Amino acid sequence: MSDETLKRTNLYEWHVAHGGRMVPFAGWEMPVQYPTGPTEEHHATRNAAGLFDIDHMAQFSVSGADAEAYLNHVSTWDTTLMQVNDAHYALLCYDDGTIVDDIYLYRLPNRWFVALNASNREKDLKWMQSHTDGFDVTVTDVSDETYMMALQGPKAIEILQKVTEVSMEGVPRFTVAEGEVAGIPTLISRTGYTGEDGVELFFDASRALEMWETLLKVGEPLGLKPVGLAARDSLRFEPSFPLYGHEISAEVTPIEARLGWALKLNKPFIGRDAILKVKLEGPKKLLVGFEMVDKGVPREHYPVAVNGEIVGEVVTGIFAPTAGKFAGHAYVPAKFAKVGTKIQIEIRGKLKEAVIIRRPFYRPAYK
Amino acid sequence: MNVDQNAKYMESHEWARKDGDLIVVGISDHAQDSLSDIVYVELPAVGDTVTKGDVFGVVESVKAASDLYAPMSGEVVEVNESLEDTPEVINSDPFGAGWMIKIAPSNPAEWDELLTPDAYAAANA
Repeated sequence: MSDETLKRTNLYEWHVAHGGRMVPFAGWEMPVQYPTGPTEEHHATRNAAGLFDIDHMAQFSVSGADAEAYLNHVSTWDTTLMQVNDAHYALLCYDDGTIVDDIYLYRLPNRWFVALNASNREKDLKWMQSHTDGFDVTVTDVSDETYMMALQGPKAIEILQKVTEVSMEGVPRFTVAEGEVAGIPTLISRTGYTGEDGVELFFDASRALEMWETLLKVGEPLGLKPVGLAARDSLRFEPSFPLYGHEISAEVTPIEARLGWALKLNKPFIGRDAILKVKLEGPKKLLVGFEMVDKGVPREHYPVAVNGEIVGEVVTGIFAPTAGKFAGHAYVPAKFAKVGTKIQIEIRGKLKEAVIIRRPFYRPAYK
Repeated sequence: MNVDQNAKYMESHEWARKDGDLIVVGISDHAQDSLSDIVYVELPAVGDTVTKGDVFGVVESVKAASDLYAPMSGEVVEVNESLEDTPEVINSDPFGAGWMIKIAPSNPAEWDELLTPDAYAAANA
C-alpha cells in the first residue's frame, strides 16, 4: 500500500499552503487538520460553520427507465417513497445481509444520483453493476468530474444564502435543489454528516478552488473554518452516524449496527431475507455507545470486557468534544447491550471502567 | 518551533529543566505540535521512581497515544495535577504551565547526557 500513488483533490495545494496536515485516507491524501487543530474545528462546526473538502467520496449516476426499481432492488430504502428532489440514506447489503456500504440516494428530475465512501468506490461500482440484470439502467462513476464539498453548522445556510439565489427555505432537510452557488451550477443537498444543519454541494470539479475560496470569504466573518478529517470523525461520531470500516462492514448486518431506521423490510431488496432472519432470531451482537467512568481514551480495536472477561471490541473511540466525554462505539454480545451495563475497556493492558449509555451523544440540531 | 533555551532534551521530545535541586519534565513545543490536540495525560504518582529512558507516562492526543520517556532517573516529588482536567495546556504552554512532573534526581550526571537546545533544534529542523 505504501508505494501506491495517493490521489489528490483539486484543493490539495490550498490545503498545503494553509497548513493542512496531509495524511493518507482511503487512497487519498487529505487534510486531517489545519493549524488551529481538530478540537477548534469541531467546535466551529457546532457553533458557527465548517467547510469540508470531501471530494474523495464517490458519486455514481444511475440512469435509465428502471433506475427507481433498480435502486429499490439494491438498496435498503424504498425508493418508490422518494419524491423528485428527495435525498435519503440507505445501505447496500450482500445476500447474507452484511453491509457492502452505506449510500446516499438522490432523486433528481431526470435521473438518480448516489454518493458513497471513497474507500469502497471500485468495490461499490462493481457490485452495483453486477446487479443490473433485468433492469434498464446504467450505473456510471462520475466521481472524477464531480466535486463534493460540505458546508455544515448553524450558520451554514446563512453563509450559503449570501452566494446563491436559491431560497433555502424551499429546500428542507433531506431534499435537493439545482442552482448556482458562487456562480457555479451546483446540486445543493440539504444533508450532511455532522449532526448540524447545512448542505453538501456537488459541482464541476474544475471549479473547486473558486467555490472553496468564495464560501470561506463570505463565511469567515460568521466563524466559518475549514475542517479536516479528525474533526469530521468526531462530528459524525457524536450523533452516532456510522462510518464504513468501523460501525459497519461486511461483518455485520444493519440489525447489529442498529440501523433499523434505514431499512424498509416490507419490500424486497438484496439481503432482506437474511436481515429479517437476524431480526426475528435476535442479533448475537449489537453496537453500543459507551462512556468512560475511569479516565482514559478508548481507541479502535481495544478489547471490551464484562466482569473482566473479554466479550467485544471498540470500533470508534475518542474524546467527544461537544459531549465532553471519553466515549466510543463497541460491539458486544446482545445480552450485554442494555443501557447502564457496566463494561471495561482494556487500555494498554489495564481494564478501565465504562458504562453503556443511550445513543446518540449529541442530538442532531435539525431534529 | 520554539525551543526553551534553559532546558535540555531527549530525542523522544521530552524536556528537562533544573529547578533548584529538582528536575522539571515536560514535552517540547515540537512534540505537542506533532501530536496535535492533547486530550488526556497519564502521569506517575508522587513517590514513584522513574528511570532514565523508561516510560513514565502516556500522553493521548486526538490522533494517538504516545509514551513519555524519563529524561533522568529519580523519585517523582511533584505531579502537575491540573493536567488531568486541562490537558490542552500542554498544547498552549508546553514549557510552562504544561509541565508534567518534578523529579529528585538520583544520578545528577545524567543531565550531561541530554541534548542541548541547539542540538535538539538541529535534530528537528
